[in-house]
Amino acid sequence: MIVRGKCWKLGDNISTDHIISGKYKFEAIDNLNKMAVHVLEDVIPNFYKLVSKGDVIVAGKNFGKGSSREQAPRLLKLVGVGAIVAKSFAHIFYRNAINIGLPVVIAKVIPDVSETGDVIEVDVINGIVKNVTKGVEEKVAPYPKEILEILVSGGAIEYIKRWGGLLWSRSTE
Amino acid sequence: MALIDRIVSKALNKTVSPGDIVIVDIDAVYAQDGTAPLVIDAVEKELELKRKVAVERAFFFIDHSAPAPHVAAATVHKEMRRFAKEYGVRLFDVGYGISHQVVVEEGLVRPGMIVVGADSHTPTIGAIGVYATGVGSTDAAIAMMFGKLWLRVPETVKVMLCGSLARGVMSKDIALFILGEVKSDGMLGKAVEFRGEALKKLSIDSRMTLTNMCTEMSAESAIIPVDEVTRKWLTERGYNVFRDVEWDKEEGYVDELPVEVSKLEPLVAAPPDVDNVKSVNEVSSIEVDQVFIGSCTNGRLEDIEVAARILHNRRVKEGVRCIVAPASRKVYREALKRGYIDTLVEAGCVIAPPTCGPCVGAHMGLLASGEVAVATTNRNFPGRMGHRESKVYLASPAVAAASAIEGRIADPRKYLS
Ligand code: SF4
Repeated sequence: MIVRGKCWKLGDNISTDHIISGKYKFEAIDNLNKMAVHVLEDVIPNFYKLVSKGDVIVAGKNFGKGSSREQAPRLLKLVGVGAIVAKSFAHIFYRNAINIGLPVVIAKVIPDVSETGDVIEVDVINGIVKNVTKGVEEKVAPYPKEILEILVSGGAIEYIKRWGGLLWSRSTE
Repeated sequence: MALIDRIVSKALNKTVSPGDIVIVDIDAVYAQDGTAPLVIDAVEKELELKRKVAVERAFFFIDHSAPAPHVAAATVHKEMRRFAKEYGVRLFDVGYGISHQVVVEEGLVRPGMIVVGADSHTPTIGAIGVYATGVGSTDAAIAMMFGKLWLRVPETVKVMLCGSLARGVMSKDIALFILGEVKSDGMLGKAVEFRGEALKKLSIDSRMTLTNMCTEMSAESAIIPVDEVTRKWLTERGYNVFRDVEWDKEEGYVDELPVEVSKLEPLVAAPPDVDNVKSVNEVSSIEVDQVFIGSCTNGRLEDIEVAARILHNRRVKEGVRCIVAPASRKVYREALKRGYIDTLVEAGCVIAPPTCGPCVGAHMGLLASGEVAVATTNRNFPGRMGHRESKVYLASPAVAAASAIEGRIADPRKYLS
């Protein structure tokens, strides 16, 4: 599973409120398309139009901090974001992203060397992040197999629907 | 091994280390009226499941907007009641109280359990030795329907509380002090384990304030080992320890933070951030329009008691609204029995039902543009309690009550002799 796309460079502390403002949260979850035009609007105006499928957000520390609203990772995925590379993630955002099948990768070097527009390649299975433009490669901790299976299935819900249960319930039943 | 590692190891019957991803049985799971709608959608529309939940201890709380302040909330509540009945989720309807308070006082969570809640302040319940963490709605849905979740075992930081608190200084001040030191992302990716002699004099009420505020440090979880105080509290209520681990060993931490609590004075977190911490006297010139005493941080009996002591035979200043919302029905009844509510009403306070209400700007005391509040809650970012141009100062119930009397941020120590 390799994600390759353009880099969107963001700073530290991008909150779920930056990703989708709380004022839109009363839209129903099956109305995500309506909300999508607002994704990251105060950080990158028109992001939903500018982003291409497979693009990679590269950010600093504490990405996804703040409220636990699950619309945040869902919307990023919906508009085409293929992976997020950051120095650190807020815990609930990290979980939510994996559960919806959006690879989130913790990296030390790539966030420092990358600029918007660079080509970024994320090898999710082997734990390698490359800034192709800058010629920098970083090895990151690979996912345990349980998490990988969720990611390659497209998320926990997809996984459960395909296999009729969770990986762990399959292996123990 | 730190306490959380030991709880997980015991649950899995194998040794785990921080950073390990594990799949565990979830002992209890809950959601509230802000997060339950997506739990319901995940189960019914995405997973398309139609059967009873897999976890016996699965709860819904109607606490954020309770009673319903508008039709949208009423509709959510109605859906929650329907789902709860159909799927076998135990519902705590309007008036029961705030989730984290109710699960602890009703004995629905017990020491040694592994618990997830679709609410960021779920670590509050770690005060009685529970390994608890906040999750999103999909996680909560999966936990309810399958009884298991994946968790990454967090690194634990030991916070060592030395000494004992001076009069008029509360556990809220300890939490604010630590926040000022480590800042709002200081515990990112980590869990906090509280230790030290100061705990001996901290009740379960006080401890829950400590663990509650760890969320504001970005901690994934917070925990206090079962000790004499907890055992006494459990015994008085006929509750037991769910999973016995070695509560006394202190080892396996990534970091250690000593805090000398004797030296602390009353503190506030000034807007716009939780870690913008100042001593009460640095901000004593600031006039307040509203005081709120309540929330899962400080709406417990001890908090209402200290407010009643300070406001006894005194008056809330003309022009100031002082709203008191007990964190649960149990707290409310006990405060009534002990006369605290009468004292507070006589002093000019408004008593709200058990609800999150003003804490999250949902209802019952929103702020207008330019207004200033002192609140015993846990978040003070712009707009949290109302208009974006309003300001919230976070403080202990003692500071809040003193501020209600003076109409400006006030040091409570002179009222507590
Ligand atoms: S009282 Fe405030 S912080 Fe606590 S659960 Fe309710 S809204 Fe959240």
